[in-house]
Amino acid sequence: MRILVTVKFVPDLQSQRSFTEGAVTRTGDDGTMNELDENAVEAALQLKEAAGEGEVYALTVGGDDAVAAVRKALQLGVDHAIHVSDAAIAGSDVFGTAKVIAAAVRKVHDEAPLDLVVTGMAALDGLTSMLPTALAVELDWSQLTLASGLTVEDGAATIVRHLPDAHETVSAPLPAVVSVTDEANKPPYPNFKLIMAARSKPVTTWALADLGIDPAAVGAGAARTVVVDASPRPPRENRVTVTDTGDAGTQLADFLLEKGLA
Amino acid sequence: MTTVAVLVETRSGEVTQPTFEALTLARSLGTPVAVWLGEAPEAPEVARLGLYGAAEVRVVAVGDEARLPAVAAAALGAATSDAEVMLMVSTFVNKEIATRLALATGAGVVVDAAGAELVDGRVETMQTVFAATWNVRTRIEADRAIVGIRPNTTQAIAGEAPGAATLVEVAADLRQARETVVVVEPVSAPEGVPLAEAPVVVSGGRGTGGDYTLVRELADVLGGAVGASRDATDEGWISHEHMVGQTGTTVTPALYVACGISGAVHHRGGMQASGTIVAVNIDPDAPIFEIADFGVVGDLGDVLPQAIARIRERRAG
Ligand SMILES: Cc1cc2nc3c(=O)[nH]c(=O)nc-3n(C[C@H](O)[C@H](O)[C@H](O)COP(=O)(O)OP(=O)(O)OC[C@H]3O[C@@H](n4cnc5c(N)ncnc54)[C@H](O)[C@@H]3O)c2cc1C
Ligand SMILES: Nc1ncnc2c1ncn2[C@@H]1O[C@H](COP(=O)(O)O)[C@@H](O)[C@H]1O
Repeated sequence: MRILVTVKFVPDLQSQRSFTEGAVTRTGDDGTMNELDENAVEAALQLKEAAGEGEVYALTVGGDDAVAAVRKALQLGVDHAIHVSDAAIAGSDVFGTAKVIAAAVRKVHDEAPLDLVVTGMAALDGLTSMLPTALAVELDWSQLTLASGLTVEDGAATIVRHLPDAHETVSAPLPAVVSVTDEANKPPYPNFKLIMAARSKPVTTWALADLGIDPAAVGAGAARTVVVDASPRPPRENRVTVTDTGDAGTQLADFLLEKGLA
Repeated sequence: MTTVAVLVETRSGEVTQPTFEALTLARSLGTPVAVWLGEAPEAPEVARLGLYGAAEVRVVAVGDEARLPAVAAAALGAATSDAEVMLMVSTFVNKEIATRLALATGAGVVVDAAGAELVDGRVETMQTVFAATWNVRTRIEADRAIVGIRPNTTQAIAGEAPGAATLVEVAADLRQARETVVVVEPVSAPEGVPLAEAPVVVSGGRGTGGDYTLVRELADVLGGAVGASRDATDEGWISHEHMVGQTGTTVTPALYVACGISGAVHHRGGMQASGTIVAVNIDPDAPIFEIADFGVVGDLGDVLPQAIARIRERRAG
């Protein structure tokens, strides 16, 4: 079983972030691999183990600091790490990013065919959840998204997908792009042996030229959307906290009634 | 005039409230047309769509295969070739449909928007990012725009001069999808308004200890829906459909009441843009208090019954 997992480098959700000229700026080393991509890595490792053989690749697209995302994936136990980085990629929208990831996937697939690409359900920075679909279309592979369960058998993948109105079981032939939710598995705690082993594993770095992508086709210039304004939301004003000494429930009710909310 | 297509959402055959919100927004952008995927709608539903400004209701007859994003996007595309702007409710499924439609048409997409307007002939959207701590305005530069709108961000108002919507059947050449829907197991919908659309949400977390009686009762009194934290759904105390947060349902009700919820960043990301936030928690240091308009440091077992009784009493009096 040959699987490629996409992992995104995202700012730490707990840290301060800001925008400058439409782009996110971060300070220092406050970024990590997108938490939800841990479920994608774990899903891939479990499939490889079940198959009894195979290779798992982790791939990230992003600036210099994004290499931290694939390093984290190596620590979790993937076999190979690829970092696609090129100044021309900066400012890409989801469609530009999907183009770059698709080209990198094809490059790996051409060496020896992949069975699956596994992604997280969303990147917790933007939460758009659009990349997995865009990638499936770019690759012209099967799309199996939002999997809370995944099995692979006889050249097909089958997922269970929990939607608000129904639980679906959807099946499609390989190769497929599968996105997994945080219900799919429980990523294990860091394993010291794997962390040590990851230290000596190399990271392959590719630029757009290695992928045969025209720089004009991606990046801010090709993006279909542009952030024209960004500002921090003003803090809530007139906040009140009361400590219950016997009548806080009444105070709460009166607050709601006064505001016309009850 | 710009043609603005609105993808209709239905529940048990009836048009949902967020669809009317999207139609209301569509009227401010151009001429709305509604797109209905599935069996032809009943006359009252067509009339209601007309009331909110839909000049046409375009029906693409598709069955269960429309659960596949590839099929739904193809059907939607067939019905909207003349639409410069496409609005849909921002759900996980619609994000996938929007992505496919955009790749087929060259449209630019913004999802999770809280509003949209035309500025110099282009659509600009407003949304919150980074767990609702930033406001962002995005301009769609492409000739076509697809916008996913969050429920409860536009007030649904019927049109001033509502016309009768005409029903138009659209033939779609639906290509065979790679994927096959093997089983569809309907989830019994919780009573009342769904979480994402509810004007009031009362949520319970680990602090409930698994007993949702008080949370449900307060939700009842306030006419709201019941939400939960992931710890509560993981414990099996309440079903997964109730989970509020970044990986659950994102809610923006006028009132959000968090009971026995600590306010982890993952939870806050799904409710922080709510109108008024109330928190009841015994721990004065719980992060939820940082965003609560009205915080009560206390035991929910004491506070909720008293609040419920007071509201009932004031109403009766
Ligand atoms: C990738 C990822 C995604 C996640 N997505 C989500 C998500 O979408 N939504 C979500 O909710 N979580 C999500 N989580 C989990 C999240 O990080 C927290 O673990 C979870 O929200 C905590 O739930 P809680 O507040 O109910 O429990 P706790 O953090 O244990 O808080 C319980 C609170 O109840 C209070 N309490 C106890 N007894 C009482 C009482 N009698 N009266 C009043 N207060 C009381 C305590 O003081 C405490 O503050 C996610 C986690 C990960 C890693
Ligand atoms: N720049 C990127 N590099 C690698 N993977 C990505 C990137 N952007 C998104 N992904 C993957 O796509 C998933 C969904 O992201 P998104 O559509 O941005 O919410 C993530 O969980 C990642 O697995």
